[in-house]
Amino acid sequence: MNAPASNFDEFMDGLWKQNPIFVMVLGMCPTLAVTVSAINSISMGLATTFVLAASCLLVSMLRHAIPKEVRIASYIVIIATFVTVVDYAIQAISLELYEALGAYIKLIVANCVLLGRAEAHAAKNPPLPATLNAIGMGLGFTIGLLSIGAVREILGAGALFGIPLFGPHFQPWVVMVLPPGGFFVLAGWLIVFAAIKARKQRLQEAENKAPAGAKA
Amino acid sequence: MSVQPENSMTSSAAMIRALGLIAAICGVIIVGVYEITLNAVNANRKIALERQVFKVLPMAKSVQAYDALAGGIAPAGDHDAPAGAVRFYAAYDAAGKLAGIAAEGSSAGYADQVRVLYAYDPEKQVITGLGVVSMRETPGIGDKILVDKAFIQNFVALDVALSSDMKTLANAVKTVKHGTKSHPWEIDAISGATVTSKAVGRGINESAQVLLPKLVPNLAQLRSKS
Repeated sequence: MNAPASNFDEFMDGLWKQNPIFVMVLGMCPTLAVTVSAINSISMGLATTFVLAASCLLVSMLRHAIPKEVRIASYIVIIATFVTVVDYAIQAISLELYEALGAYIKLIVANCVLLGRAEAHAAKNPPLPATLNAIGMGLGFTIGLLSIGAVREILGAGALFGIPLFGPHFQPWVVMVLPPGGFFVLAGWLIVFAAIKARKQRLQEAENKAPAGAKA
Repeated sequence: MSVQPENSMTSSAAMIRALGLIAAICGVIIVGVYEITLNAVNANRKIALERQVFKVLPMAKSVQAYDALAGGIAPAGDHDAPAGAVRFYAAYDAAGKLAGIAAEGSSAGYADQVRVLYAYDPEKQVITGLGVVSMRETPGIGDKILVDKAFIQNFVALDVALSSDMKTLANAVKTVKHGTKSHPWEIDAISGATVTSKAVGRGINESAQVLLPKLVPNLAQLRSKS
């Protein structure tokens, strides 16, 4: 990045420009595994956002105290701590949700978005921008999960957030809530995002040419 | 990055100090959250269990956990059942009378362990209800065990009477091919979901074979709420 980014830019970074799912294609394990329903996707996204924000805050606060030789071990311990916190918190909030997310809560610890943020951003920035950037990334991740989860739930179960949409005669497209459905829907969204990006690029090129005299 | 002289090298003591500091901070956070959430988590577990027991035993109003041990039965503690013991739940109606027994059975299904909770009627020596604790069976196929009306009919009065020596079931619970059920101890499988149907039958059989011989001689102990 060139100029020092404002706090707002830090926040918006993960939401759009560097969206962890659709742009960086990181953290695919939970993305494909837990997005069978919208509610699972949101819960997983928010759990990840919390871990991301809390661990980036702590990493950033301790960034001068952590020698670079032991930084990976330190980050992992910090991330693992907040994953454990989320694990207990979800058990306390709803056992049903806990069972639905299964091992994937614990696997947040191995989500590369987390270590990536700690290493690439939080370790080099003061606490406020680090946390804002982490929250933006987390919400970007949540939106990514939700857009996959919502499509899968609508097609695979005929419902959204557990509310039936099409009445009793809907024949669910079961493959969408099975593992292959995750790949199909993710691929679909990646196409959409690639198309938007390509269109933007074309527009920009056209704009650059315009002052030279050539009019479309 | 340019190579710096020794003064930028981190001493071993500094590394250990940093790691120790982080471990201490993280330790305090984890233990603190564990202590704070412990009560809520336990309460949630209890509610979830009761909800499941009430589903298979609709007359029940309260539930008490017991362990069936080699020598008899004893009220269960807060922890998991000790090795060799079988955990079961005595359910009581509003008047405090025994409404039925619920116990868990588990066996490998198509995707993962299928864990079921079955209701046992000690008077008639039959299984009167089935619920699912957890499963990851294929949506629309294996998970029909909860909604398929013909399959649920298997668990209105599934025979699990003990043999005369009280050591095993008189007839093992068995899942048979769809449409061939001919005895009250057989389970008519769902056509197309045979693997899951069989897992249910196996889970119930394995659990009942161990639990009932220990439970039935001690039923008097459970008749009314302690």
